[in-house]
Amino acid sequence: MKIVIVDESPVRSAILEEGLRLAGFTRIERIGEMHNLLRRIYEIDPEVILIDLENPSRDTLEQMFQMSRIVRRPIAMFVDQSDAASIEASVEAGVSAYIVDGLKKERIKSILDLCVSRFNAFSKLQDELARAKSDLEGRKDIDRAKGLLMQAKNLSEDEAYKLMRGAAMREKKKIVDIARAIVSAAELLR
Amino acid sequence: MSERRSVAIGFIPLVDAAALLVAADKGFFAAEGLDVRLVREVSWANMRDKLAVGLFDAAHLLAPMAVAANLGLAQVKVPLVAPVNLATNGNAIAVSIALYEALGAFDGALAHPSASARALAQVAQARKAKGLEPLTLGMTFPFSTHNYQLRYWLAEGGVDPDEDVRIVALPPSYMVENLARGRLDGFCVGAPWSSMAVEAGIGAILHFGCEIFARAPEKVLALRESAVAEDPGLAAALIRAVVRGAAYAEDAGNRGEVAELLARPEHVGVDAEIVRRVLDGRLRRSAGAEASPDHRYLILGKDGATRPEPAQAAWIYAQMLRWGQTRFSSAALQTARGVMRPDLYDAAMGGKPDAVSPAAIPAFAGPDFRDEDIGAYLAGFAIGRKF
Repeated sequence: MKIVIVDESPVRSAILEEGLRLAGFTRIERIGEMHNLLRRIYEIDPEVILIDLENPSRDTLEQMFQMSRIVRRPIAMFVDQSDAASIEASVEAGVSAYIVDGLKKERIKSILDLCVSRFNAFSKLQDELARAKSDLEGRKDIDRAKGLLMQAKNLSEDEAYKLMRGAAMREKKKIVDIARAIVSAAELLR
Repeated sequence: MSERRSVAIGFIPLVDAAALLVAADKGFFAAEGLDVRLVREVSWANMRDKLAVGLFDAAHLLAPMAVAANLGLAQVKVPLVAPVNLATNGNAIAVSIALYEALGAFDGALAHPSASARALAQVAQARKAKGLEPLTLGMTFPFSTHNYQLRYWLAEGGVDPDEDVRIVALPPSYMVENLARGRLDGFCVGAPWSSMAVEAGIGAILHFGCEIFARAPEKVLALRESAVAEDPGLAAALIRAVVRGAAYAEDAGNRGEVAELLARPEHVGVDAEIVRRVLDGRLRRSAGAEASPDHRYLILGKDGATRPEPAQAAWIYAQMLRWGQTRFSSAALQTARGVMRPDLYDAAMGGKPDAVSPAAIPAFAGPDFRDEDIGAYLAGFAIGRKF
């Protein structure tokens, strides 16, 4: 079975491809460049097309199914409403599937479920990355604020940290917010 | 007062989402007891799917898409209803500077759509004779007024839209970039995207949508039929808030404020001055040109335009038949007409408005549309399918 993944995110499409390969699907093509999308799909002539919902090329893709010159017209998974829960899960996860008519339902469901879990894993990964990045930036601000306090008030590193922690507790704020306030105040006063 | 009901509504960044954006900003939804969350979407297909599975309670939708959904043509088999129109007209056909010049070379006077379409036919034929790629024209979705406007205009000039040119679907905000890169020779799209091409100096507007059809159904607020049946109060509250929003946006005294609101990056994300010109119906056809005033350019609510009319759906169905998107059956015609729900509108508004949308949708040329005889209407065209 030929599967095409249309996704501008190379990482996410790689994650999805890996999952599909592990599930035993071997004929997988990835399209990351949206120009000439329709021509590429005509050439590949897939049985299943997977596309992420942030992709504005969905409208272009659907136009293709309106054209009479293609023999095999893929249809959206939504046409068959027998499994509303898994359709809803896929829309929420951000992936959509188009399938040529006549494909066995069980096989579609397994592909769809796989897409959902891989897409969700990818967003979790992204969230974690974003959190790690913001933690790192927070730590940098705390270090800068500590340095400013040590210099301005002639404190040790430990004393500077305790001073910020005390202020955070009194004002019911996070220590990183106190640190950022110190850094921006210092920039204004410079 | 009871807690406000939370409602998610999808919109596409276009000036014709104005009634929704204004109703949310000015508290018109809140006044109806609704806590509305507007979600910007990137494609019409997403809009349809999210409405169908219930992630959206209502959606800014292409009127032909709502009709297509109920006819089983639009992938999803979830029946939709349109209890209020969001916009009438609002599109424009723009072409690249190169094509504009090529058209002008054949015929100096392009003001009438018949003249420009005939000029385009000559360019298309000349390209074919030279063995060049056909002209590529963009529109937003197969089931869209843009598609029908473009095709109607082309066909009146003797261009068969399925044979003599290539028509591709692209989301509105991607038209300008594709025109700039030479991947498109022209497009029919909603405001402000034609103006963006004009301002960037890469395109010129040949015709406003209202020069093709004087009063064409464009966008509706679509809801699931099942949701309306379960909670008629929701549809009524949405109708009233949208009608208020449309009237507010059309009031000349508010347009500056409305233009600023729509211009915000999280809404349409373009220059407020361009939005203002759309609301005023004073678009420039080419860079540096004087504005061409046309009060019909985009109609939100005036003259009873918010009230949906079954005849509008019948007209849409006729365009679908003409371009082979479906086959005729009188049952399908009834299904199409049933998408438009003036009964819900009148119930919410406490009666019909003074003015209602006329059943006639006059075009610049071709036979008059009469919804009681679609066969005779379609028989009047040289290009397109009959039944």
